Amino acid sequence: MAQIVVKNVKKMFGDFTAVRESSFTIEDGEFFMLLGPSGCGKTTTLRMIAGLELPTSGEIYLDGEEISQKPPSERDIAFVFQMFALYPHMNVRKNISYPLISQGMPRAAVKNKVEEVAGILGIRDILDSPVGGLSGGDRQRVALGRAIVREPKAFMMDEPLGALDAEFREHMAEELRALHDRMGATTVYVTHDQLEAMQMGDKIVVMNNAVIEQFGTPQEIYDKPATMFVAGFIGSPSMNFLPFQSRLEAGSEMVRLNGHDEQVPKLLEGAEGELVFGARPEHVFLSDRSSYRAKVVAAEYLGTTQIVTLQSPNGEVKARIDARENVRLDEQVGLEFRSSAITLFEQSTGRALKSTLNEEVLGNG
Amino acid sequence: MSSFSVTEPSNRSKWIAGFLVISYALITMIPLVWILLTGFKSPADAISYPPKVVFDPTLEGYVNLFTTRTRQTQEFLNANPPQNWADEIVRQYDMVIVGPSKFGERFMNSVIIGFGSTFLSIFLGTLAAYAFSRFKVPLKDDLLFFILSTRMMPPVAVAIPIFLMFRNLGLSDTHLGMILLYTGVNISLAVWLLKGFIDEIPREYEEAALIDGYTRFQAFYKVVLPQAATGIASTAIFCLIFAWNEYAFAVLLTSATAQTAPPFIPTIIGVGGLDWPAVAAGATIFLIPVMIFTILMRKHLLRGITFGAVRK
Ligand SMILES: Nc1ncnc2c1ncn2[C@@H]1O[C@H](COP(=O)(O)OP(=O)(O)OP(=O)(O)O)[C@@H](O)[C@H]1O
Ligand SMILES: [Mg+2]
Repeated sequence: MAQIVVKNVKKMFGDFTAVRESSFTIEDGEFFMLLGPSGCGKTTTLRMIAGLELPTSGEIYLDGEEISQKPPSERDIAFVFQMFALYPHMNVRKNISYPLISQGMPRAAVKNKVEEVAGILGIRDILDSPVGGLSGGDRQRVALGRAIVREPKAFMMDEPLGALDAEFREHMAEELRALHDRMGATTVYVTHDQLEAMQMGDKIVVMNNAVIEQFGTPQEIYDKPATMFVAGFIGSPSMNFLPFQSRLEAGSEMVRLNGHDEQVPKLLEGAEGELVFGARPEHVFLSDRSSYRAKVVAAEYLGTTQIVTLQSPNGEVKARIDARENVRLDEQVGLEFRSSAITLFEQSTGRALKSTLNEEVLGNG
Repeated sequence: MSSFSVTEPSNRSKWIAGFLVISYALITMIPLVWILLTGFKSPADAISYPPKVVFDPTLEGYVNLFTTRTRQTQEFLNANPPQNWADEIVRQYDMVIVGPSKFGERFMNSVIIGFGSTFLSIFLGTLAAYAFSRFKVPLKDDLLFFILSTRMMPPVAVAIPIFLMFRNLGLSDTHLGMILLYTGVNISLAVWLLKGFIDEIPREYEEAALIDGYTRFQAFYKVVLPQAATGIASTAIFCLIFAWNEYAFAVLLTSATAQTAPPFIPTIIGVGGLDWPAVAAGATIFLIPVMIFTILMRKHLLRGITFGAVRK
């Protein structure tokens, strides 16, 4: 079991930068999520840790040992491919035995180990089937079996649930997480599904355009986004962004939104110009007391809550409110925000302004 | 089910397709059947007009193919009674068998050169195709184009330079020379065909093997090769058929030692009149190895080996 440190790692394909200098640390036993939209460099990052791609520069430490230039066979890291990549010309048993055979483990020991792993994954009865006819879930289990059978220091998984049907994904996700909790092995898991990342991960790295935007626990990333990209990518519906112009001093706790004073967490830095007021939908309330008025343009009923879309002087705002609250289309209502949960951003860079809300999080970003 | 389905062809179109395929097969097989039959005819039956479809089969053609014979006096023939059935056949013409013909040797030359060059083409072709498919090779596209360009004119167009080159290198009329020549001609086909097949094999398989602790070569050998079997088999058939049937270079470059069967078979005609049955017998035997090879490889051609292992 292992700690993985990625330090200033960069990858270029010719002139194209797939991953810019990135650094993060994966602690021993963590279930670590690499999250980001398609093409942002998640797979490339994962492949560099596993040794399938060599970084252009930077270092990768596995338990303190620098491994970035070593071949994959010398890293003791297992990899679960998105398409599983089971060896098509071998049956299930052979597929799972393969990593053990390469280590020269005696035949009898291989057999026992494979049986044991098959037991854990519940695939004993298909051990002698060819892999061709297996269902998606069973293939997934065989691929996992091949990964866990040699008890590697860490697991890399590249969208392992991506090839499964939606309803089966959830089940497999639980199985995976349970397996991880049972073995406690360091796992790096790539996904572009923010819900999956929030549900399963101990820690999340959010990537965009070859850059790491933020790195932290799901709560930190949700409550204290470091950039507008993270705030928009995570959460559904995503955070409301209300643009405004202002000049703010460090220490101020008020901003003026269209002539209304709104309280925000105390700023620790000053800013000037085009700014953005960020509020998650669950931190927006309808209130008759407020003089900040907006018009209801749509309401989406979700059972216990409803998502109300409003047209405010600073643009569109979505509010997640109790489903029992009565809202009528085209009605003018007052808006209030939970001031302690507001994040301000700089429009031009997308960066969150440092405040009492997010100071520790931004400190390590 | 209604009789009108998008996926299932109608009965009538099945009948028409079947009829066309069978007619085509029959038409293309007529010459082959004719050669096979002629091999079992007597020389008289072979040239009779109208052609005979029903005749007394004889092994005369095969005996003539494999032996050399001389005409003998009646006394000699009386003094030496026939030893076996083959002797008896040649006695009708007052002849005796004096030894084997060169056919066996020529046939073996064909086997050595044909299979040797096929093996070499496939061996080199697979390695080159793998490298072109997987690695960053400098000037990759230009190299591939160059390899293909060696086939842009008929190989005989360079017969004279090759003839001179072979003479200077001492490769004329050697097995090695012919193996190298046919490999040279086939390798471009092999590289291009195999590259296509290897490109189709997802890289993840090798990467999985690398992760599982194998070296690049082991991954190639244990994971890529078995999956390229279909491509290798079909490429091997193409290479073998070319090398096996090649005539022009064989005539030009081989004579006493390394002559292959194609230039030899026509020479049978000259020995003792127009011996068409012997020629037909030679052609029949000549066809057999390629047929067997193709049938053996067919199993690989038909097996969709990667079926269902990857979900695309
Ligand atoms: N071998 C390669 N050669 C050139 N470009 C590559 C190579 N591999 C990846 N890239 C490029 O690098 C970028 C990042 O790719 P990567 O596969 O890491 O993205 P990803 O985040 O995993 O995306 P996805 O969610 O689509 O899998 C992409 O623009 C991709 O086209
Ligand atoms: Mg990817």
